[in-house]
Amino acid sequence: MHELSLATALMDLVREEAAAAHAQRVTRLVLEIGALSHVDAQALRFAVDVAARGGPAEGATLDIQEPPGTAYCLDCETSVTIAARGAPCPRCGGAKLLVQGGDEMRLKEMEVV
Amino acid sequence: MCGTCGCGQGERRVEDLHHHHAHDHAYHDAHEHTHADGTTHSHPQGPAEHHHHGAEGSRLLSVERDILSRNNAVAAENRRHFQTARTLALNLVSSPGAGKTALLVETLKRIGGKFPLAVIEGDQETTADADRIRATGVPAIQINTGKGCHLDAELVRSALVRLGTPENGVLFIENVGNLVCPAGFDLGEAQKVVIASVTEGEDKPLKYSGMFAAAGLMVVTKTDLLPHLDFAIDRLIENARRINPTIAVLQVSAKSGEGMDRWLHWLDTARALRLAAD
Repeated sequence: MHELSLATALMDLVREEAAAAHAQRVTRLVLEIGALSHVDAQALRFAVDVAARGGPAEGATLDIQEPPGTAYCLDCETSVTIAARGAPCPRCGGAKLLVQGGDEMRLKEMEVV
Repeated sequence: MCGTCGCGQGERRVEDLHHHHAHDHAYHDAHEHTHADGTTHSHPQGPAEHHHHGAEGSRLLSVERDILSRNNAVAAENRRHFQTARTLALNLVSSPGAGKTALLVETLKRIGGKFPLAVIEGDQETTADADRIRATGVPAIQINTGKGCHLDAELVRSALVRLGTPENGVLFIENVGNLVCPAGFDLGEAQKVVIASVTEGEDKPLKYSGMFAAAGLMVVTKTDLLPHLDFAIDRLIENARRINPTIAVLQVSAKSGEGMDRWLHWLDTARALRLAAD
């Protein structure tokens, strides 16, 4: 997806939160990027590195948590974990899965000084 | 500013319809303070703040905000605006050349003056598409995203200031031809409509699952070409439902007119639901 756009939006959030907390510098960012969010963690790291330059989070450690995709299978009526959209149900092989989680893209925590 | 396709956000421009300089800036500024993003957000200044005394006296702030919360907040404002105006707003997405504009032109002609219509056209360059729409007599405004590969909620809001909102009618937002990036950017629309032509591969939904997962309706276009192609339309639909079991599907040809009545019926029904709902 949209890693540099996301990184830019992320830096807006970070600046806002850092200013509100009267923080001088951001030393660590904790993100939650779901496995189904279409974000490549490697590309996001690169983009954040670029977008953070000249701002309060320059050089901050970036921790990315990747919660798995969860879905409800309409065939076996069970909540299951899936690796990608379009993947079959790991229990019954069914193809009708409603994604329930794992597509989040959140700034969870920031460590500031 | 896109890590996938390498686009940037420079040179964004909403076409100036009237050539008087209704500057956007005051509008932007007036909304700068709004952060009604609906996400749970424990404010760092509030009592929910965590004080972790880690290395060098650092503090740990619990933020819990969606990275796209700014866009989502503006999208929520757009959505409230559409609700008040009882406007059905549809976000049309597809790869380049799937026939969005041709379908739109034919649709607008057939609706005629039955209810208010307006079109926002998103493209990286040129006002060619808005010109095609305006030739039908329907108000249209072009947004040029410059190097950007998708529309965002703020661009749509700015465009509406100049275009006006078709009250009790339908606003079509034709997104930039791109099946990747527009999926994540809510514009405040009632639904995303993904358009796939029969000249594309049947596996498009699997390759671009994010978009097909986000759409409520898939319109399969250019069906008049089917006799000349090795294209299994059932496989396309099967793949779309694999990604999104509840997606509705319509098959149309803007050229021959086949299926247009069903698409217009779908629009009528969606508009009636919008008019009926508070």
